[in-house]
Amino acid sequence: MKKINECRMTVDAKSVNEGFCRAVCAAFAAQAEPTVEEIGDIKTAVSEAVTNCIVHAYREMGGKIYITASLLADQRLRITVRDRGCGIADVKQAMEPLFTTVGDDRSGLGFSVMETFSDKLTVRSKVGKGTTVIIEKKLRGRARD
Amino acid sequence: MQVQTVVDGKALHVYLAGEIDHDSAPRIREKIDDKVTECRPCVLRLDFSDVSFMDSSGVGLVMGRYRHAHALGCATEVTHLTPRYEKIMKMSGLSKIVKFS
Ligand SMILES: Nc1ncnc2c1ncn2[C@@H]1O[C@H](COP(=O)(O)OP(=O)(O)OP(=O)(O)O)[C@@H](O)[C@H]1O
Ligand SMILES: [Mg+2]
Repeated sequence: MKKINECRMTVDAKSVNEGFCRAVCAAFAAQAEPTVEEIGDIKTAVSEAVTNCIVHAYREMGGKIYITASLLADQRLRITVRDRGCGIADVKQAMEPLFTTVGDDRSGLGFSVMETFSDKLTVRSKVGKGTTVIIEKKLRGRARD
Repeated sequence: MQVQTVVDGKALHVYLAGEIDHDSAPRIREKIDDKVTECRPCVLRLDFSDVSFMDSSGVGLVMGRYRHAHALGCATEVTHLTPRYEKIMKMSGLSKIVKFS
């Protein structure tokens, strides 16, 4: 599917940037005139992916997060969140609801939330290399209902 | 993120305002736990009326506060969740131990 528009950014893996990352993705999506509901879905999913890079991939010790937001010709938004962190040994297990490797105030719901609020979620990971999470969502918008 | 606490008899009301994420959660956690330890209420009521954003960090926050309060003999309630927040909370099975209203 042809890309209509694309935005790329690299941000430091600091928790203070979580709000910034989800706001940028929501602002990029605005050109497709999404509903308020759809904007909420995007913000929530992006927040989960970015938080995982900070908490898990880089273990709160910093690194870079690479985000690409693309709008495709069929009004589909594709957001890619990539890190060069520790990677995930067993992606299938990591994506199971309530699975977490960090006990302290983490619920193990991040991937489930990303799945719930998007149309398609793809996770690729290699131990020692990093993880790529691709969130896809068709923006139906109000006008096109 | 703002956290306002009001003691009302045996209940501790906590009014949360702003965004709940992994960045803000530690500060919220500290304020609530300190107040619960200090006041020893029977009920901890977390009011989400003015929460403008919440991801799974909010679930971890409520779960952790439930554990802390429960250890001190205090029940936890959550009020004014939007349908979105409720959907996220319910994915965790939290509604079995925390009262939603
Ligand atoms: N980018 C990542 N790099 C390395 N490991 C990851 C990454 N993302 C997720 N994981 C692993 O997958 C597990 C599940 O992630 P998920 O987001 O579902 O839950 P969580 O982050 O543990 O808790 P929550 O998101 O509810 O706060 C994590 O505990 C972690 O072990
Ligand atoms: Mg997570």
